Amino acid sequence: MPLRRYAPVMCAAAMVVLIQVALSTTGNPYYMTQITMSAFYAMVVVGLCLLMGYAGQASLGHAGFFAIGGYVSAVLCTVNLLPYRDAAVLSALRSLGLLHIWKDIYGAEILSFVPWAAFVAVLILAAVIALLIGLPVIRLKGHYMAMATLGFGLIVYRIVIGTPLFGQADGISNVPPFPVGFGLQINGRAAFRVENYYIAWAVLLGMMVLSIHLVHSRIGRALRSIHENEEAAHSLGIDTYRYKLATFVLSAVFAAIGGAMMTHYNGSIGPSEATVMKSVRYVVIVAVGGMANLWGAMLMGVVLNFLSLRGVFGTFDDAVFAIILIVIMLYAPDGLLRMPPIHKWKTLLTRRSRE
Amino acid sequence: MDQSSQIVQYILSGLSNGAIYALIGFGFAIIYNATGIINFAQGEFLIVGAMTAVSLARVVPLPVAIALAVLITALLGGLVELIFIRRVREASVLRLIVITIGISIVMREAMLHIWDEKVRALPFFTGTDVSTISILGAHISPQALWVLGVCAVIVTGLTLFYRYTLMGRAMRACADDRMAARLCGINARWMVTLSFMLSAGIGAMAGCVISPLTQTQYDMGAPLAIKGFTVAILGGLGNSFAAVAAGLLLGLLEAFTVSQFASAYKEAVSIVVLLLILVFRPSGLFTRSDIGNLRAH
Amino acid sequence: MNNCLLDIRDVSRSFGGVHAVRAVYSSVTEGMIKAVIGPNGAGKTTLFNLIAGTLAPHSGQVHFRGRPITGCKSHTIAGLGIARTFQTTKLFGHMTVLENVMVGRHPRTRAGFLAGMLNLPWTWREEREIRSRAMALLEEFDLAVIAEERACNLSFGQQRMVEFARALATEPALLLLDEPAAGLNIYETKALSERILKIRDRGVTCLVVEHDMSLVMNISDEVLVLDQGQKIAEGPPRAIQRNPDVIRIYLGEDHAANSES
Repeated sequence: MPLRRYAPVMCAAAMVVLIQVALSTTGNPYYMTQITMSAFYAMVVVGLCLLMGYAGQASLGHAGFFAIGGYVSAVLCTVNLLPYRDAAVLSALRSLGLLHIWKDIYGAEILSFVPWAAFVAVLILAAVIALLIGLPVIRLKGHYMAMATLGFGLIVYRIVIGTPLFGQADGISNVPPFPVGFGLQINGRAAFRVENYYIAWAVLLGMMVLSIHLVHSRIGRALRSIHENEEAAHSLGIDTYRYKLATFVLSAVFAAIGGAMMTHYNGSIGPSEATVMKSVRYVVIVAVGGMANLWGAMLMGVVLNFLSLRGVFGTFDDAVFAIILIVIMLYAPDGLLRMPPIHKWKTLLTRRSRE
Repeated sequence: MDQSSQIVQYILSGLSNGAIYALIGFGFAIIYNATGIINFAQGEFLIVGAMTAVSLARVVPLPVAIALAVLITALLGGLVELIFIRRVREASVLRLIVITIGISIVMREAMLHIWDEKVRALPFFTGTDVSTISILGAHISPQALWVLGVCAVIVTGLTLFYRYTLMGRAMRACADDRMAARLCGINARWMVTLSFMLSAGIGAMAGCVISPLTQTQYDMGAPLAIKGFTVAILGGLGNSFAAVAAGLLLGLLEAFTVSQFASAYKEAVSIVVLLLILVFRPSGLFTRSDIGNLRAH
Repeated sequence: MNNCLLDIRDVSRSFGGVHAVRAVYSSVTEGMIKAVIGPNGAGKTTLFNLIAGTLAPHSGQVHFRGRPITGCKSHTIAGLGIARTFQTTKLFGHMTVLENVMVGRHPRTRAGFLAGMLNLPWTWREEREIRSRAMALLEEFDLAVIAEERACNLSFGQQRMVEFARALATEPALLLLDEPAAGLNIYETKALSERILKIRDRGVTCLVVEHDMSLVMNISDEVLVLDQGQKIAEGPPRAIQRNPDVIRIYLGEDHAANSES
């Protein structure tokens, strides 16, 4: 039983390696850059899939959490504290190893937080913000929760656009690479392409494993039961509010991790990551993947983002996402992979293999 | 300009913005009462209306252009219902949310490709952008009076429509109890289509009348929708006079914020109000609290 | 009051202007089967919802094992040992029968969010225990053969039984059964009454809302009669059957007069 649970993870890992080998040998390694970025976006999708598909809550503000992840790590890693180097707090932080001096591409010395410290701060901050937002918002019913999270997303966007610290319309650039340990670093330069491809996938698949565990655990069963019948779940001692809130926080943390990694990878982040349209995109991808289908969501997250990053949809990028969304919702509300014709194939295949 | 006239100035601009928010709030309430759906594409109806009027105003006189724009947008609203909403009436809330969001994006992107990203505006209904009227020492554009007037007319018209016309009563009956209304021979489905048309038409009118003041761009729908939604919730999603009061209140609040803080925070005001109201008084400001059923438990 | 498990003191609840439950006093002794009867709209289900925490009373107190539970959330109350079934069965339709009953183990197990996510080894043992306990309950209810069936595919009677098993999986001290015989045929009703007696023999106290009079009179130790939200009578079934007030409610003024004369 547990082994069967990990089989898809093994398959996915094998596919990841296969794609890397194929791209490297055919001389198209630059595709890997976009796949890596798609994997960062897919992290948001995996968390959102838990929230929408399993806890049954729609969030239209997850780009906000992605942006929080990106901006907080960008600010902490680039803000120059050199003028205040003699302040007691800073020297204390330095002696703890949380601050370091490095040189940016122009050779200027910068005293800022080490990426690891920034990353931990991102995790904590995203969790706290999600908790504060979630406490009231999770109590709301469908439409109102969606509207409230949309409002949250808009506020994040406004703050980013309006605050000089966050670079306003230009965003923050010159974000240093993130040495994650074991001699690896999150770095967007071509020399690190293969390395980062694997780092991104390792983190994404790690999130998948955690999510799959969760879905199959006692809590996962409780979450599914909330989705089916909330009143009955209550009567069985399930604190629906608490689990929904916890899922909300978890999905926010996943999104923030994606944002932080993406920012170190690109070396920059801009306000376009915080727009409502980005939030909607994540919702689209979860819907296309089949709401309560982690693998579907992850796959769609990588594929659709990859196509979008490649510019396949041209100026119709957003429109394509919206049309996909409407068509899926009208004709295949259980997701692309469970559409009647495809589903028939799948059941045929699995039946074959079992016999 | 002295202190008091400046205050009057802010109040009047707040009121005219608030009137528009009230109209958007109506749009939300009309559809919500007929279907139980919050139509996330509500803001886009305003922009479609205004953009259509701007284009038409080049070939026909302004009043005709506006009338045609309202009509076209209303038809578009009806079409949206016929094509999309009718198929999924019984779907889960999550699905309905996602669909109306999809519609709003398709409309926005379509506008981007039809009218590009340029900011446009209808001409002022009377006078030009420099003509002013003095009230209590404050100078305001006559367009602000147009906004307030149109809002008043629409509110009165809607109230009369719902109270005294057969169709309005039928729509209220459907909102109350679909099954019973159908048993009385009312075609509930057409009432839903009609409510989408009405809602889109009112939205288009609001878009036209505000366009000379704020100008119009393809992506202005979403922020307007958030404000309209805030007003609709403040007003308890239904009660039309409560929605007007809520709209004016929000407008004044925004005007006050702009007078005290940087205008960048203007947008945040309505969102904060929305979040606060959703958290503390989800049934609205002007309703008894036990009516609301927004909370999950 | 010996072994008083549930104590309802002066509980009231109204909806708008309608008094659904008005100033009801009652108590349930440990180990008994108590029935709540009354005409439609008498407030029986409302009373259940007040006990189970689905609704909060506007006034009055509910005590369970001597502890006040008034105003507690329903999941807290379930954790304390009150389980319930619903008038219209509320199974988790897309989950299997086994999973439904496994969810019922929720308040008696403790693997949390993080433990589940990290799949810690001690949760495996707990998960095995949840599964085996659920399976044992299904076997007891003769439902083991349909353990892997989706709940929405079951017959009405089977759904009732699964809901029953699911409620018992929470190891309740008090079981609230809301019209368990509704929609069951005569054989299923008979099996049901045996089932309820068996549950009582296991030490689970039962509070039953029921319309089927023969079922009520056969199995219950005590009957509470409600009409228009108020308590009309309370006592052993034989006495209730002869109570003129009860007869008046059910059969009208004439019959009451006849039986008194």
